[in-house]
Amino acid sequence: MKITFWGVRGSIPSPGPRTVRYGGNTTCIEIETDEGELIILDAGTGIFGLAQKLLKHLPVTCSIFFSHTHWDHIQGLPFFTPFFIPKNRLDIYGAFDPVSTRSIKDVLGRQMEYCYFPVREAELKAEIHYTTLHERQTIEIGRAKVTSILMNHPVLNFGYLIECNGKSVFFTGDHEPLYNIYRPDDDYYDEYEMLIADKNAGLIDLIERVDVLIVDAAYTSDEYPLKKGWGHGTFDAGISLAKKAGAKSLYFTHHEQLRSDDELDSILIGLRKRYPIGPEFPPYSIAQEGLVIEL
Amino acid sequence: MDMVERMPAFPISVHRVVELTSDINADPKELVAIIEHDPVLLMRILKLANSPYFRLSQKITSVNHAVVIVGFNTVKNMALSIAAVGVLRLKTESGFDMEGFLLHSLSTATIARLFAKNMRVPTKASFDYFLSGLLHDYGKIVFAHFKPLDFQRALIMAREKGIPLHEAEKEIFNIDHAQVGSILGEKWNLPSNLVDVMKTHHRQDCARPLLTDVVSASNQIGKELKIGEGGNPVMEKIPDQITGMFGANVEGIVGALGDVRGEIEQAMVFATM
Repeated sequence: MKITFWGVRGSIPSPGPRTVRYGGNTTCIEIETDEGELIILDAGTGIFGLAQKLLKHLPVTCSIFFSHTHWDHIQGLPFFTPFFIPKNRLDIYGAFDPVSTRSIKDVLGRQMEYCYFPVREAELKAEIHYTTLHERQTIEIGRAKVTSILMNHPVLNFGYLIECNGKSVFFTGDHEPLYNIYRPDDDYYDEYEMLIADKNAGLIDLIERVDVLIVDAAYTSDEYPLKKGWGHGTFDAGISLAKKAGAKSLYFTHHEQLRSDDELDSILIGLRKRYPIGPEFPPYSIAQEGLVIEL
Repeated sequence: MDMVERMPAFPISVHRVVELTSDINADPKELVAIIEHDPVLLMRILKLANSPYFRLSQKITSVNHAVVIVGFNTVKNMALSIAAVGVLRLKTESGFDMEGFLLHSLSTATIARLFAKNMRVPTKASFDYFLSGLLHDYGKIVFAHFKPLDFQRALIMAREKGIPLHEAEKEIFNIDHAQVGSILGEKWNLPSNLVDVMKTHHRQDCARPLLTDVVSASNQIGKELKIGEGGNPVMEKIPDQITGMFGANVEGIVGALGDVRGEIEQAMVFATM
């Protein structure tokens, strides 16, 4: 299994000299299985670079799984060139929108409507299939299995576990660890704690001993109090999840849009002092555009 | 069924949902409280959260549960989309007092929760008592909203003949509010214990779970205390399971439960503009 990061930035593309090393494109992760099946997680602007690579190997058959449909995870999709070429086959997966009661096809199709994009979804030449996923649904792609689990974000957000030939990777999508909305002296505090514990236990159960854990770490713990409820995690929370799940390696992604490369380096140095890699904490690093992990 | 699925919520909660959802810093607790004090909002949020769209591996049994599983912002936007449908008409041709009904539902819910506290029901299960109390008579709002003239006949028949309202409903509709509520509950994949409360809260001819007996007793105690109006002129016997624990005297039960009137007064905040 080969994992490639094509976009690691959160919220909005942030190109420029301050982000040139880690990259300014928004979320896109490519996973190529040992059998050559192609699984893509999210279609932020990073997917444009991936598209250029794929054009050298036509026809393309791939499966794109959307963690959720906020702009920074879908914005590159209309520029995913394989869409426009006949004989390519794209299978697209994502959550239902319970508020507008629209399928993943309808939600994604809207960003290709007349006023947003010159080509309508109906005009694309590739063979495209859409599947609206529910929680804990497993899709088989060749010998790989992709399983969805609801995470915590201001829109339905799936984390995806990809397993193939005894190796596994889990991507949280955008995720803020759950916190109790009640005060300890409120009636509902204990109930809420239990609900959180149940939900967390379900996640740990799914991703236990995962080889590669990729987490949303948009904020430092110092920044977090002002961003609470925005739906993103912290570096510390990522390390805590990796420890609880017994993950074998950990990568931080969804870098905050104003975070410079030097700041990311400095955060990593600070983390390694507080959480030395060893028996207690697995190896961890900051996801970088172009980084390839081979399992 | 489609029309019932789109039934609007009570005006006060619609007003508060719109107010809260326009404030980006609104406290999630406040929204949860609004939803769980309005039978229509509560029923519709539970329906959405338990719908096949999510196909969750477990039933969503409370608003907090929905918030933890699908996220606060999703619950908030679902509530807003329900609020956008409009408001429940408080005065229908049925003559049924919808505000009185809301008070009846809130008092039943509050008393049921006090029973749960008093009986030291485990925390996780105790919240089912409030929720079941609030929704036990859901079928009545469906009648009042969609069949107001026929429901008026049922209300008058019950009053004039001195028979239970559900018996009059059966005469007129061939189905009573308990059946209507439980059919909706089943159709909408709601938790089975809640569906059971809606279905059997007037049936004393069968063994019922403690939750159903508690809601049934709370229903009668609320009536005895003359809080709200459910439209049923007939008092029912307090279930044996409850009298076995608390005695047969209503005032005695109220005394044992603690500050019943004070707790109900707090819940009433959600029923008045």
